[in-house]
Amino acid sequence: MATLSTDLPKKAPGSGTKAQVLQLLLGAAALLTLAQYLNLLPAWLHRLPEGVIPPTAQILDAVFAFIQNDLGLIHVTRFIAEGPLEFLLDTSANLLEGKRRWPYLGPVPWAAVAGVAGVIGYALGGWRLAALGAGTFIWTALIGQWKMAMQTMSVLTVAAPLAFAIGLGLGIAAWKFAWVERVLKPMLSVLQTLPFFTYLLPAVIFFKVGPTAGAVATVIFAIPPMILMTTLGLKKVSPEVIEAGKMSGCSRWQMLRHVYVPAARTEILVGVNQVIMLCLAMVVLTAFIGMPGLGAKLLAMMGSFKLGRSFEIGVTIVLLAVTLDRMSKAWVVKQPVHFEKGTPWWIRHRMVLTALGVFLGFILLAQLFPILGSIGRKQHFSQGKEIDVLIKGFLALDGIRAVTEWLRWFLNVKVLIPFRDTLLSIPTPAFILMVVSFSYWLGGRRPAVFAAIFFTIVAFSGWWDRSIITLYAVISAVVLAMMIGIPLGILASRSEAWSRRVLLACDTAQTFPSFIYLIPAIMLFGVNDVAVVFSILIFATVPLTRYTVEGLRTVPPEMTEAADMSGSTRRQKLLSVQLPLALPTMAVGFNQAIMFAFFMVIIAAFIGTQDLGQELQRTLAGTELGKNFVLGLNVSLMALTFDMAITAWAEHRKRALGLD
Amino acid sequence: MPSSSPVISAKNVWKLFGASPEKYLANMAPGRSFDDIRADGYIAGVKDVSIEVGHGEMLVIMGLSGSGKSTLVRCFSRLHDITGGTIEVEGQDIMAMDERALIELRRNKMGMVFQSFGLLPHRTVLENVAFPLEMRGQDRHERRARALEVIRLVGLEGREEYFPRELSGGQQQRVGIARSLAIEPDIWFLDEPFSALDPLIRREMQDEFLRLQEMLGKTIVFITHDFDEALRLADRIAIMRNGAVEQCDTPDQIVMNPATEYVAKFTEEIDKARVVHARGLASPLNGTAVEGAAIDGGATIHDLARLLINDTRAHLPVADAKGAVTGVLQRQKALDLLLGDA
Repeated sequence: MATLSTDLPKKAPGSGTKAQVLQLLLGAAALLTLAQYLNLLPAWLHRLPEGVIPPTAQILDAVFAFIQNDLGLIHVTRFIAEGPLEFLLDTSANLLEGKRRWPYLGPVPWAAVAGVAGVIGYALGGWRLAALGAGTFIWTALIGQWKMAMQTMSVLTVAAPLAFAIGLGLGIAAWKFAWVERVLKPMLSVLQTLPFFTYLLPAVIFFKVGPTAGAVATVIFAIPPMILMTTLGLKKVSPEVIEAGKMSGCSRWQMLRHVYVPAARTEILVGVNQVIMLCLAMVVLTAFIGMPGLGAKLLAMMGSFKLGRSFEIGVTIVLLAVTLDRMSKAWVVKQPVHFEKGTPWWIRHRMVLTALGVFLGFILLAQLFPILGSIGRKQHFSQGKEIDVLIKGFLALDGIRAVTEWLRWFLNVKVLIPFRDTLLSIPTPAFILMVVSFSYWLGGRRPAVFAAIFFTIVAFSGWWDRSIITLYAVISAVVLAMMIGIPLGILASRSEAWSRRVLLACDTAQTFPSFIYLIPAIMLFGVNDVAVVFSILIFATVPLTRYTVEGLRTVPPEMTEAADMSGSTRRQKLLSVQLPLALPTMAVGFNQAIMFAFFMVIIAAFIGTQDLGQELQRTLAGTELGKNFVLGLNVSLMALTFDMAITAWAEHRKRALGLD
Repeated sequence: MPSSSPVISAKNVWKLFGASPEKYLANMAPGRSFDDIRADGYIAGVKDVSIEVGHGEMLVIMGLSGSGKSTLVRCFSRLHDITGGTIEVEGQDIMAMDERALIELRRNKMGMVFQSFGLLPHRTVLENVAFPLEMRGQDRHERRARALEVIRLVGLEGREEYFPRELSGGQQQRVGIARSLAIEPDIWFLDEPFSALDPLIRREMQDEFLRLQEMLGKTIVFITHDFDEALRLADRIAIMRNGAVEQCDTPDQIVMNPATEYVAKFTEEIDKARVVHARGLASPLNGTAVEGAAIDGGATIHDLARLLINDTRAHLPVADAKGAVTGVLQRQKALDLLLGDA
């Protein structure tokens, strides 16, 4: 039964014409490429001549200059930057890292922060979370990274609540007014694929360098999922709860305040979790515009190839990410539990009181024992140099070295470079035709039309070759990631225990700021193309494995039982029942892998690549806002092309299988 | 029992779902059936319904799912705006009310109980019950006192601090009932309040409900798809199908004289003797001389079974609650109903 239903639906009556269209498109592409190889193709068909490329960057620059200066937007943004935003940032910076600004109270002793983190962890999830919360901050202090970590946290504590508030407000507006949603939706999908460098430059230009620009970029980066989760949650409120509210005589404001928002609590808190994680990821990345903190230090250490210190900072970032993620997720699932009647107030509020007590207690103790307040230069336990020697020694072992060197040589010479050169040798129109046929084959007509439009825009942007190099890195990494991630997922899904372990590992890995993935890549392969592909590869394997496990696990048991009773072997069951049914879910993972790859390829520009990322990074140094936007949009358009095709396919397939 | 001026009065009420229902209804040819309307792309949730609910009456609306019973009740409380016709609540046209007036009406006059309870998950039992009071701005102590009072009334004392998910289904519905009673509404809407509950709990809740109703004497519109439930509770039953009311009458009449084939099919399986009361089966005196002890008109034929078999009189006098003889019951007719036609 299951196999039948998976094989039937594709044979739509129009499939004959679809094959013909595909043949036509691919034939034209092949013809063009062949002509190019035989030197028969006129040059203007191979690459667009310089003359026809419109000066988009300059036009954009003029537009931005107009908005910025003539319309006076710069005054508004500067006011926000120097007024309320800077005030908030200074306050948090004073409290956490001791910057000399109002209220001149900080820095708060590290022991007090660790203590409060422990109490919050306990309140949300018992002793294990308490140990994680307190342990993270104790580690940070002992390893001598307190100040850096607090520089990062002080921006986070301002950016995350701001992103939450703005996202919640916009989410409510989008739910209430259909036109707001119509305006927001396309903007959100572009925002979610836009490389982060494109967030950074406008922030720098409009909001001056330093923490303010970093905070603005971080807030903008973290808003989209909050909007989406808010709208989703509000739409899901049960109609009877809404009617109960109305029948209780709620006014509109009361409905929103007392019925809708509390009833959408779970989705809103999931949004909070995502806001926090995206904020952390972005705050770390603002190192590229010179914001001090863990990211900046990591960037510097990796730049000078100090692997030991990089490793230690990496651990700190990972610990912070895991702590913030686990705590906010625990908050999502935490349900209120009643107190017995007559419980005194100090028991009802005992968590708040304990936190307060711990906080004040450690502040007092820190007066007596300064070591609890801050750990000085000579006192910390950083083993940077030793780890450095250890790692480098390990990598220099003959066996290890032979393997990495061979891998590097093999991938570079036999796989990556030939692949890249092939892609580059294809004439622009032929390449566009290929992408269009891919989109048409996978997603149907609509994605194909968009693919044509998007890639034509990329061609006319004047950055074709670099776009292709970007694409080449993405494709190679995702293909390699599939070869690793999918078998891994299939293997793990065989047993329930392993599925859960792998899912947990993937979920944890997904909370790491993307920057982290550069560390092992650089460690193993040094600074070159292989390291870039390798870092994207690990980053992209995670969602592939995750959704493979997820997809296989959620195959309805009666289907696999039916397959068992039909006498299929394990292999037959996998190939003809489980995989076809899991494919739509796996497609989600595939899509995420591609999006992650586009994101990572830009970050990997730091290693020094020749793609769009490198050019993007260069724009940060200057004020070429127009060029920055053109480059960013190229990445976004390429990512959106794949996103649309894969999503269309997955949705169509899910409907055909009746899985939704 | 129904008094002269109805509490709710609906005249030719239409509720259509679709693209532009008002326009469609205005231009619609009369006499179009449910299926005709559906073919035009509209769903007739409520189709030309005229019905009145008297003061202190319990009207049970029943029908299969999708028959429009929930839609009709939501029109009475203006949770749905109707497409055509008028609905008056205590003489006021509710479609003419502005938002403020409607909120005031709901805050003071109406209570509603929902099938899946509609409790606010983040509030305790006490806070849920006090919710309508809070919305109308009553002060904290007053609303706490009143909420505790209704919580006791529905038998949930001791659970005030619990959250809805810590309660069983039956207990959750008690909270829903308490909440709907907190503002002391004159009109009480119950939308299949017991159908999400286990049969045993359902029975218990029905008894509880009858006890409350006896105490409070409210005007009630009660929805159910369970005929037995309808028969147990109703003063009058309205049977709906495809948005229209097929018949609206007392349980006795519905069972004895079904107006349409659909209603007849509905009542086929029912043990009529358990439904029909002696007074419903009795014929008027019209000068017939009756003698001997009178039987209670409020008892069902089933209740009287033993008596009917033992008492050999052909005509039995039927008395009302005060003991006055109001009619005469033919023994043979009653026995036929009890045992089936010979």
